[in-house]
Amino acid sequence: MPPIIDCAAVTKRYANGHLALDAVDLAIDKGEIFALLGPNGAGKTTLIGVVCGTVSMTSGAVRVAGFDIQRDFRAARFAIGLVPQEIALDIFATVWGTVSFSRRLFGRPPDPAYLERLLRDLSLWEKRNSRIVELSGGMKRRVMIAKALSHQPEVLFLDEPTAGVDVNLRRDMWALVRRLRDDGVTVILTTHYIEEAEEMADRVGVIDKGRVLLVEDKKALMRKLGKRRLTLVLTRPLPALPDSLAGWPIALEDGGRRLAYSFDASARDTGAPTLLRRLAEAGVDFADLETTASSLEDIFVDLVGRAA
Amino acid sequence: MRGLNPGGVWAIYRYELSRTVRTIWQSVATPVITTALYFVVFGGAIGSRIHEVGGVSYGAFIVPGLIMLSLLTQSLSNASIGIYFPKFTGTIFEILSAPLSPVEAVAAYVGAAATKSIVIGLIILATATLFVEVRIDHPFWMVAFLILTSVAFSLLGFVIGVWAKTFEQLAVIPSLVVTPLTFLGGAFYSIDMLPPFWRTVSLFNPVVYLVSGFRWSFLSQGDVSVATSLGFTIAFIVVSLAILTWIFRTGWRLKP
Ligand SMILES: Nc1ncnc2c1ncn2[C@@H]1O[C@H](COP(=O)(O)OP(=O)(O)OP(=O)(O)O)[C@@H](O)[C@H]1O
Ligand SMILES: [Mg+2]
Repeated sequence: MPPIIDCAAVTKRYANGHLALDAVDLAIDKGEIFALLGPNGAGKTTLIGVVCGTVSMTSGAVRVAGFDIQRDFRAARFAIGLVPQEIALDIFATVWGTVSFSRRLFGRPPDPAYLERLLRDLSLWEKRNSRIVELSGGMKRRVMIAKALSHQPEVLFLDEPTAGVDVNLRRDMWALVRRLRDDGVTVILTTHYIEEAEEMADRVGVIDKGRVLLVEDKKALMRKLGKRRLTLVLTRPLPALPDSLAGWPIALEDGGRRLAYSFDASARDTGAPTLLRRLAEAGVDFADLETTASSLEDIFVDLVGRAA
Repeated sequence: MRGLNPGGVWAIYRYELSRTVRTIWQSVATPVITTALYFVVFGGAIGSRIHEVGGVSYGAFIVPGLIMLSLLTQSLSNASIGIYFPKFTGTIFEILSAPLSPVEAVAAYVGAAATKSIVIGLIILATATLFVEVRIDHPFWMVAFLILTSVAFSLLGFVIGVWAKTFEQLAVIPSLVVTPLTFLGGAFYSIDMLPPFWRTVSLFNPVVYLVSGFRWSFLSQGDVSVATSLGFTIAFIVVSLAILTWIFRTGWRLKP
């Protein structure tokens, strides 16, 4: 199946000369939840803006649902719902008014039953006749989501949906995203919270300084990089590894005072018991031991650090 | 969805007019009161000294100029605020990401601004009939000039709204350029009444052509020929459209 979003060499240079996107290639599959991770200023919002038509592209090409965003802009935009990073609403409009306005803007015929379901799903139904100015920040954020979904898009962009949102609302958002995925909607979200990507996404893309550093299936990524590290603090410095451990992924650190062993946490045989036995056989004593797991956070910091 | 999006145009048009309806009393009362004041001041005070201009009473003479003054300022401010405000609050993202062509977006915003001006123009006309006997010799052309002028200045207002980065800039063109040009453009006098030098200077004032054509449609008399006025108004629309095409092609001040 062709990707629902296909960016080819997308480049954006702002008027002040800043290169915010540097030849980005990115393909998003239909029906997946894709998390775009990156530090402040990485280019996440710019990339979303280019795809949705709110930022003009310097060069490159983007297809949405098979339609070129410039030549077939109507069909491309019709497929997209956008929840921008900043809340932007007409404060005098009512919830119902602004959500049905969004639907009409996309040329969809009225469907009060659908809008009712949408507002109920987002716990906004009771507030439908309230004016935006009377709502709390979290409610406004949900109104933004309702507007983006009002025309039943195939793809939903959520630019930092959970920034400044309390724990309950965050859980609600995650539940909503899963429901959308069950309905076949593709969701692309940006976030600074690694646990959010870990919790939600099918695939993760890491972007920094306008370049995509990595795109990977989350499970594979976690597996590949989901290594554990066993560190032994030795009682006496060890000048070299015993022969019985030759070829093991072991490093001696801190002048031989520490011994570090990396292993795959999900493997059936981690090798750790064998290691300990062989060390005992070789007469190597240790005073302490610790294990640490690498998370997306480590991967992320590692990747971004390496690219810098 | 590949064809036009009339539903989207209609949504913006209705939304823009509903902004007016929210402030309906202000929208209607302002032109009625100002018109009444103009008649009291100009019609009463000055009109008692200037009895007739070109064979009509001074009161009847200023009606077209009075309507034109409101038409120009209302079109500019409605259209410029209509697009400036979403830019200011950020809600423009929704318009930019909607399946609407630039032509459709402009049609919706400019159409709504022009509609509001036309309604206000008609309200002023109705108010004027309470004070003076209004004669309309060429009703078709009166309506045509009403519509064309509203569209022309709503287009200009849209350009100003896109260009403006602050509320001050939004106000500067209407108050510093258009209102003075209107007062000096023969809204309240015939430029024939001026000394020859100022009459020549006046011919560089675009508002003279607008007022003149409009006055001709009422009284069959104008400072320049009606064809010139019509040609000028249409040229004005064409230039504004050309600027707008460029704006949308480049995304100037609408998209970063
Ligand atoms: N309108 C603009 N003009 C000039 N530079 C801009 C503009 N908008 C963004 N930038 C710059 O482009 C870069 C990318 O910005 P962008 O908003 O895409 O980052 P981001 O990944 O969304 O960051 P955050 O996580 O903080 O939202 C930043 O360096 C930013 O300063
Ligand atoms: Mg951002």
